[in-house]
Amino acid sequence: MKFTILVNEGPYQHQASDTAYQFTKAALEKGHEIFRVFFYNDGVNNATRLSVPPQDDRNITQNWTELAEKHGLDLVVCIAAAQRRGILDEDEMKRQGKDAHNLAPGFRISGLGQLIEGGIQSDRLVVFGD
Amino acid sequence: MSMLHIVNKSPFERNALDACLRLAKSGSSLLLIEDAVYAAMKGTTVSDKVAAAMKDMKVYVLGADLKARGVGEEKLMEGIDVVDYAGFVDLVAEHDNNQSWL
Amino acid sequence: MSDVKKFLYVNRKAPYGTIYALESLEVVLIGAAFEQDVSLAFVDDGVFQLMKGQDTSEVGMKNFSPTYSALGDYDVNKIYVEKESLEARGLTVDDLMDLKYEDEDDDWAEKDSIRVVTAEEMKAIMDEQDVILSF
Repeated sequence: MKFTILVNEGPYQHQASDTAYQFTKAALEKGHEIFRVFFYNDGVNNATRLSVPPQDDRNITQNWTELAEKHGLDLVVCIAAAQRRGILDEDEMKRQGKDAHNLAPGFRISGLGQLIEGGIQSDRLVVFGD
Repeated sequence: MSMLHIVNKSPFERNALDACLRLAKSGSSLLLIEDAVYAAMKGTTVSDKVAAAMKDMKVYVLGADLKARGVGEEKLMEGIDVVDYAGFVDLVAEHDNNQSWL
Repeated sequence: MSDVKKFLYVNRKAPYGTIYALESLEVVLIGAAFEQDVSLAFVDDGVFQLMKGQDTSEVGMKNFSPTYSALGDYDVNKIYVEKESLEARGLTVDDLMDLKYEDEDDDWAEKDSIRVVTAEEMKAIMDEQDVILSF
């Protein structure tokens, strides 16, 4: 089966990103295909490169980066939600005249259309939020 | 169309479970995850409501979230199946559609 | 061209206290371009999103309620509001915005987009969807 995963909350504040990650991992282990993981609302905050969580706890951003790298996952961060919350890639930094970018490896910034496309192209869309 | 309803907030904190039970079709399934696992416990003020729902819905609870919260399986109501993340994936795949009640 | 899917956006939260109402609406607007079969459901505090007379001048936030009126132009005209949720909040359809669309199958006659439905009817509507988005 082809899954699209929607993550609506940021790292640590809510369990949503953790649950989505565990679900995604389990789906891959079962041989399913993950069409896309889409980050919306505060979910875009999972994509910051700058977090330094305590060493004795999971690194949520890194979890996603590593899972994406291992399985070639498409991790998409909504551009509108990202702009609101200050998550930028290099292009956005230049376009918006900011002095830094902070998008973590494995993530890409794109439009909400990617979420709708995920819903259309996938067999199942699962929402993780608050 | 078979539906899997996913509830993740505690029934003592939010009305998501109430809304779900009000709007879930008979014959659909309910999976309790994250803080919603407390709804699977016996002897609470929502136990009767959940037990009544179980007459026409199959109810599942995510074991990892029970364990995290120290809720032993002996505290659960009869008839609720404990699943792991692999089971969660199976439930989503096996039902035609799923709905998260946030 | 793939089959058209039935998309339902479920709104259960009040506006302004959190961003979910606004950002859910933004998905609906972008999604409209994909020509799927779109419905919106307003349940529990979600019904408050449709209240008329919203004035955000003193809270310093953007009043996005006028955007709901544009939905008709985006071919989004199945706006289901749960009767029980309205009643629990002492509201009637008269407290809500007057959302209209032009029915191209009826000589562009102007019709109401808001359909007040009972929980039983909402149950059936939800059950027939292909993709359900909640925020």
